[in-house]
Amino acid sequence: MQTATALLQVLSAGIGTGAVYALVALGFNVVFKSTGAMNFAQGEWVVMGGMVTALLIGAFSSIGLAVVTAVVLVGIVGLLSERLTVQPLKKPDALVITLVTIGLSIVSRSLVMLVLGKKPVGYSGFSGNTALSVGGVSIQSQTLWIIAITLAFLVVMHAFFERTILGKALRAAAADREAAAIVGVNVGSTVLLSFGIAALAGALAGAIVTPLTLASYDQGAMFGFKGFSAAMLGGLGSLPGAVVGGLALGLLEAFGSFYISSDFKDAIAFAVLLLILFVRPSGLLGRADIVKV
Amino acid sequence: MASIEAKTGPMTHSRLPRRGLSRHARLALVWLALAAVPFVVPNAYWISLANLALINLVLIASLNLLMGYGGQISLAHAGFFGLGAYASGILNVRYGLPPWAGLPAAAVVAGLGALLIGIPALRLRGHYLAMATLGWNAILVVFFTQLVGLTGGPNGLLGVAPFSIFGHALDTEAKAFPLAWAVAFLVMLAISNLLASRIGRSIRAVATNELGAQSLGIDSFRTKLAVFVLSAGMAGIAGSLYVHINQYASPETFGIAPSIMLLVMVAIGGAGTFYGPMLGALIYTAVPQILLDYEDAELMLFGLGLLVVLILFPRGLAGIPAALAGLVRRRRA
Repeated sequence: MQTATALLQVLSAGIGTGAVYALVALGFNVVFKSTGAMNFAQGEWVVMGGMVTALLIGAFSSIGLAVVTAVVLVGIVGLLSERLTVQPLKKPDALVITLVTIGLSIVSRSLVMLVLGKKPVGYSGFSGNTALSVGGVSIQSQTLWIIAITLAFLVVMHAFFERTILGKALRAAAADREAAAIVGVNVGSTVLLSFGIAALAGALAGAIVTPLTLASYDQGAMFGFKGFSAAMLGGLGSLPGAVVGGLALGLLEAFGSFYISSDFKDAIAFAVLLLILFVRPSGLLGRADIVKV
Repeated sequence: MASIEAKTGPMTHSRLPRRGLSRHARLALVWLALAAVPFVVPNAYWISLANLALINLVLIASLNLLMGYGGQISLAHAGFFGLGAYASGILNVRYGLPPWAGLPAAAVVAGLGALLIGIPALRLRGHYLAMATLGWNAILVVFFTQLVGLTGGPNGLLGVAPFSIFGHALDTEAKAFPLAWAVAFLVMLAISNLLASRIGRSIRAVATNELGAQSLGIDSFRTKLAVFVLSAGMAGIAGSLYVHINQYASPETFGIAPSIMLLVMVAIGGAGTFYGPMLGALIYTAVPQILLDYEDAELMLFGLGLLVVLILFPRGLAGIPAALAGLVRRRRA
């Protein structure tokens, strides 16, 4: 009985972390789809989401309003980032964009440090710091918020990509830039849009996870790598893949640190991740368009 | 191959050295000039920076071999650097072996570390080496940090002996400089010779067009694996130099962040150019020193500088003369 309770406890923690990784991975995938580049700035937007929310809570006294405003603001930062750094590139190939996002991540991190400070910030959960007890298993209420908000965002994103003309344009440009341009899609603006969505998803992840972890300017790289790993694990460029990859990574970490060693948590997660990738290179849900040599 | 090049001489002219010097003579001249560094800089602190720059050069030049010429992205170069540093340092501190035994051991251990991850990852095209090496570097850092009994953990590996020649310890920056200078020269010479060899041509062929290269009978998997292992082995050599010159190593030097910065420095210097890594190493070593005075704004200025260079000169600083020449030629035409 004791072990079953512990198991459920670890499971819920893993799903909570996994949901956050899924959001970050989704942002990562959107930019990857539109540019072919690995976006190293993704994690910085997560930190921005948490830190800007913390700042706004003081002014707004409403957590909901603070979160929404912060997420929109960071979304705008994402759009601006694309206009200022990616759009001016003469030959925007994937490698150059990847390198540019490394520069972007450094500038974003130092901006956060200079404007919002070096101290870690936090705020209480969306319904206080309460823990629910279900059959002896105690679950942080914020974990439930994280799962619910992530689910809602995924539904919105799914509707956006499947139902709206803008979402369809994004998918078309990702599938074939030239063909999309011929039928009238403004390919340049789809890259812009993808950066906006990626920043939005990252900021939301940061805003909902900060009550559990605190936010500090130097956490961005960690979130970025976790998001990248989750995206690879699920299948690069796939939206359901980001969800599956994120959850898998979150659970891997939770169970690895609980049953084996918390010191080696990251090593265990990455080792399993590499093994999965070597066995299934296209990721858990990716299509098999990987070429073996 | 040689006869074809001779026949089409005028067409390949732009690829030949501009001056009459052979590539070996040019490299030797550059290194003779570098030998003057300890005599012209004001103090030992500057010599320590010169040593660091030479170690960084080995790192960046070897990554350039893989990335610039081989077209593969590795995000574990600092990890291989660390494997070399810890292998050499641990053999010395825990097992009492001399640094000269650690140097080749460092190359072998780092090379094996690359082989282990390269065999599964390089069978796949695309982002897989980047992903696999990112994960590998993360795993390595956990081991550097957690295997306290061997590595000293977060406090670092202390009490590493310096290199010594005939019982004479190279324990000051000025004494260590000739060693770093000579090793960096040998690594550059090795890269130069490798690039001029049959393997070097295979490396570039695979990077340019993998299918095309395969149709000519080049085993692209083996070529990529060979260059990956070689490049990691060179990083291991840099690690051995680092640990015995500094007489210390700690995990944060070998994390993912430095791996990414090395990648950026290859691009800033000029990926796929032979002397580009010298610019990269110079910037990687000097800029943080120059920016020390700006404290909190340091990171910001560094990032902005990076963005400006990448946006204006996507082919790196070494590409600027060529870009200017192209501009002049277009004006004239």
